[in-house]
Amino acid sequence: MSTLSERILDAPAGTYVDREVDLAFAHDGTGILAREALREMGVERLAHPERLRLIFDHIVPANTGMAATLQAELREYARTTGVALSDAGGGICHQVLSEGVVRPGTIVAGADSHSCTLGALGAFATGMGATDMAAIWASGATWFRVPETIAVCLSGRLSGAADPKDVALTYAAKLGMEGATYRALEFVGDGVADISMDGRLTLCNMAVETGAKTGLFYADGVTLRHLADHGVAASPQAPEECRYEQEIDIDLSDIVPLVAVPHRVDTVCEAEEVAGTHIDQVFVGTCTNGRYDDLFRFAEIVRGRRVAVRTLVIPASRAVLARAIATGILADIVDAGCMVATPGCGPCLGAHAGVLGEGEVCLSTANRNFKNRMGVGGEIYLSSAVTAAASALAGEIAVPEVA
Amino acid sequence: MQGVGPAICLGRDIDTDQIIAGRYLRTKDRSVWAEHVLEDLDPTLAERVRGAIIVAGRNMGCGSSREQAVVALREAGVVGVVAPSFARIFFRNAINIGLPVIEAPVPPCTDGVRVSFDLDAGWVEVDGKRYPARPLSAKMNAILRAGGLVPYWRSHR
Ligand code: SF4
Repeated sequence: MSTLSERILDAPAGTYVDREVDLAFAHDGTGILAREALREMGVERLAHPERLRLIFDHIVPANTGMAATLQAELREYARTTGVALSDAGGGICHQVLSEGVVRPGTIVAGADSHSCTLGALGAFATGMGATDMAAIWASGATWFRVPETIAVCLSGRLSGAADPKDVALTYAAKLGMEGATYRALEFVGDGVADISMDGRLTLCNMAVETGAKTGLFYADGVTLRHLADHGVAASPQAPEECRYEQEIDIDLSDIVPLVAVPHRVDTVCEAEEVAGTHIDQVFVGTCTNGRYDDLFRFAEIVRGRRVAVRTLVIPASRAVLARAIATGILADIVDAGCMVATPGCGPCLGAHAGVLGEGEVCLSTANRNFKNRMGVGGEIYLSSAVTAAASALAGEIAVPEVA
Repeated sequence: MQGVGPAICLGRDIDTDQIIAGRYLRTKDRSVWAEHVLEDLDPTLAERVRGAIIVAGRNMGCGSSREQAVVALREAGVVGVVAPSFARIFFRNAINIGLPVIEAPVPPCTDGVRVSFDLDAGWVEVDGKRYPARPLSAKMNAILRAGGLVPYWRSHR
C-alpha cells in the first residue's frame, strides 16, 4: 500500500530511482541557464521536445535591454528546437500548466521551486535547478529520491472570510520552514472535497516553504471537472491505506484570516493581531493567489468602493485575465482604483513592476516574505486575497468580514 | 574529495534571495553574481568568502531554485558549504555545479576557525572537533567527483 508519490514514482520511500519525465519546463529566468548548460554539455538534439515547455513569466514584458536580449535568445532557441513557448503575457508557468496541460499520475519537473504547485492535479511535480533541467531536456529522464510523506488531514469546511491561503499559512506555521524537508505533503481527509482546484493549487504551492519536495492531492471529482473544463479527460486516483511518516490535522471550520509577518513564512498570526499595521502597497497576484477565485473574492469586497493605498492586481494567467474581463470583476477591480498589470510574476521576486522602496511595507498574496525579496529594505506581510481586499480599502492591515 | 579553509559562519534558514538577490539575476555574467554574493546579509562577505568554508545553520539555501545562488558561491571562491541540513534544491544544485556540500551536525561556530572535510572518509572537522558527514547517493557522488553534472554528462555520453 503506497502513498501517491510512491505510486507515481513506482518505488518505496527512501529509494533512489531514475525516471522518464512526462513534462519538463523552465521560465525566462532559469531557461537561460538551462540553455547555457546544454551548450556546455554539447547537446544539440533534445530527447523529447514535445514534453518540454518554456514559459516567460518572471520579467514580462522585459524591463531592460539585457532582459529583452536574453528572452530573444531563448525565444529563438524554442523556435529552432520545437519546444512550445508560452511568451510574455501568457502567465505564470505553474498556472499556465494547470490549465489543462498537467495530468494526474504524471511526473513533472520544473526549473522553479514552486513547481510543487502542480501536485494539486494528482501529479508528482517538483522543482529543480537549471542544470538538472538541462540534463532532462537532453536525456528525457532524471533521478529522484522517493520522498517520505507527511499527511495533512483536512476536516470540516471553510466559512466566512477564511481562505485556502489561510490553510496554507496554518500548515506552514505548524511544520515550520524546514519541517517537511525532503518530504512530500499529501492533502487528505473529508475536508478535501470542498476545496476548489484554485484552492488546491494554493495549498500545494506553499509546500516548498516547509522544505517539501512536493504537495499532492488525489485526483477526484473536482480534478476531473477542472480538467474537463479544459477539454482533458482523466481518471480519478483512489487513496490507499498507507504509512505516513507524520500526520497533521487541520479542522477547516477553525480557520480564520491569518497573516505571515516579516521575514518568515512560518511566523503566522491572526490578522486581528496585526490589524492597523501601516502598509504602503497591496499586491494581489503570483502563483500562490493570482487565480480567478482570488480575483473574484477580492472584487466582491472592493466592488463599488475605493482602495486607500496603492494596490496592484496581477492575474496569474491570460486565461484568468480573460475570465475576469468576461465576468466583469476586472472592471470592478479597476473602478476601485487598483492597478492591473500583465499576467506574470510581477514584483514577487523584486525585479520589476511594483518593487518596494527602503522602509516600505507591502501586504502581498505571495508565498515568500524573505527580507528584501520585493526590494531592498522593504517588508512583506503575506495573506489571502480576501484579507488583502479589506486591507486595501482600509489602507492598513484589516480583518476581512464576509457573511 | 577534501577541502580546508577558515570558517565563515552564517545563521539558519539562509534563503537564496540572501545568497544572490533577484535584482542580479538578469545576466549571464557569473562575475556579477560572485561580486554580489550574500550582499544583503553583509556586503563584506563577497570578499571574505574566498578560500573559506561556509558553516551555516539548519535549512541552508531554502527558497527559490535559482542556480545562480550556488554558482555565485563557487565563483566567489567558496571551498565548500557545511550545514546540519540543506534545502533540497540548493543541495542538488550545488552537487550539479561541483560545489562540495556537506550535511553534518555542526554547531554554530565563529568566523575564522579552521574547517576541513574529507568526503571519502565521511567527516568534517570544525575548530578541532570531528563530525560525521551524511553520505551522498552513488549518483550524486559520481556527479560531484566529475566536477558537476555538465562534465559528468560529457564523460558518460
Ligand atoms: S509568482 Fe513569485 S513565487 Fe511564483 S513563480 Fe513567479 S516569482 Fe516565483
